[in-house]
Amino acid sequence: MRTYAAYLAKRLMQFALVVFIGINLTYLISHSTPIDPVEQTISALTSFGNTSPEAIETMRQSLRELYGMSGTPLEQYLSFWSRIAVGDFGPSLSAFPTPVSELILRALPWTIGLLVVATLIAWLLGNLLGGLAGYYRRNRVLKALGLVAMGLHPMPYYVVAFVLLVLFGFLWPVLPISGGSGMAVQQGFSFAFAYSVFIHSLLPALSLVLVGMGGWFLGMRALVSNIVTEDYVVYAELGGVDRHRILTSYVMRNALVPQVTGLAMSLGAIFTGAIITEEVFGYPGIGSLLVDAVHAGDYSLVLGVTSVSIVAVSTAVLVIDLLYPLLDPRVQVE
Amino acid sequence: MFKIIRDLLRFNIEFAVGTLITLAIVGLSVLSFFSPYPAEDIYVVAPDVPPSWEYWLGTTSRGQDVFWQMAAALRNTLLFGLAVAALSRVISLTVGLVSGYMGGMTDRVLMSINDTFIIIPLFPILVLFYFVMRDSMSWVLLAVIMAALGWAYDARLIRSVAMSLRTREFTQQSIFSGMSPRQIMTQEHLPYVLPIVFSTTLNNMNWSIGMEVTLSVLGFTDINTPTIGSMLYWANQHTALVAGVWWWIAWPVIAVMLLFIGLYLLATALNEYIDPRSRLSRMGGTA
Repeated sequence: MRTYAAYLAKRLMQFALVVFIGINLTYLISHSTPIDPVEQTISALTSFGNTSPEAIETMRQSLRELYGMSGTPLEQYLSFWSRIAVGDFGPSLSAFPTPVSELILRALPWTIGLLVVATLIAWLLGNLLGGLAGYYRRNRVLKALGLVAMGLHPMPYYVVAFVLLVLFGFLWPVLPISGGSGMAVQQGFSFAFAYSVFIHSLLPALSLVLVGMGGWFLGMRALVSNIVTEDYVVYAELGGVDRHRILTSYVMRNALVPQVTGLAMSLGAIFTGAIITEEVFGYPGIGSLLVDAVHAGDYSLVLGVTSVSIVAVSTAVLVIDLLYPLLDPRVQVE
Repeated sequence: MFKIIRDLLRFNIEFAVGTLITLAIVGLSVLSFFSPYPAEDIYVVAPDVPPSWEYWLGTTSRGQDVFWQMAAALRNTLLFGLAVAALSRVISLTVGLVSGYMGGMTDRVLMSINDTFIIIPLFPILVLFYFVMRDSMSWVLLAVIMAALGWAYDARLIRSVAMSLRTREFTQQSIFSGMSPRQIMTQEHLPYVLPIVFSTTLNNMNWSIGMEVTLSVLGFTDINTPTIGSMLYWANQHTALVAGVWWWIAWPVIAVMLLFIGLYLLATALNEYIDPRSRLSRMGGTA
């Protein structure tokens, strides 16, 4: 138990460090900008109609407050942190005066739902099939799957997304190709809404699963074919241990350990895939929000999405890291 | 060196196919130097011509010959990948070797920073960078940023090798003969690490090219320099798929996928060469 406590403390420190460096990075980048978000907002707000110079000056003052750009650089830095800590990113420019945090909170469940489900399905299927392909290396079907995975793995996400779009959008239109749920369906806890969400998530999830699976498949197959040559597996086979048992508890279990680390690390990368996928399928998640914010020049929204995604991804990695010792007892000792 | 390559070509099908694909892509990108049109110019040929004898791969809606456009795009994309890989190799080698050899506190500090860079989602940060730079965002700047962000995973790999080298006898001998840590790292350990550096270079190129294409498709890079990503961006802008100009999208996608597969195969083959255990199982040693 003591070792787990030490492990926990170490991982929590790591989590704090990641968030600290990440947020500082966004602060540094965003403050090296030649654009002034305050002047941008003012010109956007005053482009229609006449506003008196005094009113503009008052507006400038209050906007400086809102965007946390008043005071010395140190004061700005400290106020940035104190606002981030409570999740206040100021008002959005493109949806003025809606707070950025509200826009993000609305988009976050969509992305997390889609990503968690798609990532887990890809991981489970890829590892299962990859493990089988590594163990039964003479099987024709599994060999063919290996070739498919080889072709899919290096493919960019959006290519698969485009192909699915053309297939199911134009050639065989059975699935909705855009949006998070049906327009006519009232959002809330109802069967109709849940069904609509499910149907709408199928294509984006499929594109994520197809590409993600290839990588897990290849990784697991390589790991298993290495483990199969280890002495203890050979002994077990010579000793007549049931092949099914060798596969599940001798081979797969040991091969899964590095794959779980991979799962944690890929969560950061899969975020990238989700942004394109959401953009292609018009999915109302955090990726679409970020892309729209960049095109609209929405300074505080871009900053908010970046910060939130750093926290979200590092939290996911932390959770997986904390579950890790359950799978591999060696981790605690280290 | 040449003997190794010859043997790999002869006995390792992945290496042979990977080399063939990569060489074809490199050859195509070298051809771009003989292009009859400057790559940045638009409306130099009739727009929207399907593949024909005159224009082998067709022309774009912006009046560019897809073949020559793609050759220039591949050249820039390859150079981009090489630049990112080369720059980030310097960082990952330094961090990996120092961390692995020094151990202790140095190792702990360096690895904390390293793990942070592995976990942080880089894509939103790259988007943020584009957002603040916008008009001054150039090809070179993006390469430098990506190199500064994308070294961590390989540094960890290099560190693990350096750690095992440290316990070997020749390292002890070098210490006793009075070599400084810097000398040991550069003269004794570096040669052992180089094979890994080759294979991580290929993987890093794949990563950076994929990232560049992804950013470009959304329009988040310098879209006026022809790269595979900016070609796809312009094709999307002109809704090429809907307009039926499929050749504008299909050829660059096929080219970049071949490049990905080629580099990936080379990296796998090299990994297998470095770790012969997996070669044994591939030859059918067991089950």
